[in-house]
Amino acid sequence: MAPDDGFVTRVPINSATDLVNARQRGRALANELGFSPGEAALIASAISELARNIVSYAGRGEIVLWRDGDSGLGISARDNGPGILDIAAAMRAGYSTSSGLGLGLPGVRRIADTFDIASGPQGTTVTLTMRKR
Amino acid sequence: MAVPILKQGENLIASIQSALTDTDLVTLRDALVDKVAALRIRGVIVDVTALDVLDSFASRTLRDLAHMIRLRGARTVIVGIQPEVAFAMVQLGLTLEDIPTALDLEEGLKFLGTRR
Repeated sequence: MAPDDGFVTRVPINSATDLVNARQRGRALANELGFSPGEAALIASAISELARNIVSYAGRGEIVLWRDGDSGLGISARDNGPGILDIAAAMRAGYSTSSGLGLGLPGVRRIADTFDIASGPQGTTVTLTMRKR
Repeated sequence: MAVPILKQGENLIASIQSALTDTDLVTLRDALVDKVAALRIRGVIVDVTALDVLDSFASRTLRDLAHMIRLRGARTVIVGIQPEVAFAMVQLGLTLEDIPTALDLEEGLKFLGTRR
């Protein structure tokens, strides 16, 4: 999914400290686009989950943020890591149960208006968009 | 960034001042668990007012912290969860399970004071 205009922010993710930067950038963009404080916190949380997965499983990658149409924000998390072997398992449950992989992805999918995950030996890309309510 | 931990009577107060990395959170957990025994602590307050995100890792680390402290014989209360953070946690399906929470530091101290 391509960003629809020139308003794109790229945040390199190379270490755990970049998570804080990435979610602050996401919150700032959400505020700028007129999302409510709750929605901005939701966006920051989603970015945090995705950026953590990059650091934990791929080592490095990037978070790309963009304005999506008139009332949306797009987030893409990209890495060249080993990929997720069992996407279905990664999308199940969460940290509190033993059946999920604990990647935080089910929660992220739940809050997204559109959600897409592509993963293979060349890496993983998770893309989602969120609309203002 | 290190989180200052204050001792007040039999309680510890960890007052988070700014956004924390995952490492900071784990360091805080370990420091509190250590101090509970070293200082013969009965109650621990973790003030998260300054946190603008409580994602799955932060929620899990706070749960672990409280469970470890309980196993060491003390109680934990999490105070200061901001309304937008609460909103985001509920939307994401994140919970602190059975960990007590209170509105702010004052309520947290009251809670510990009444549950000796």
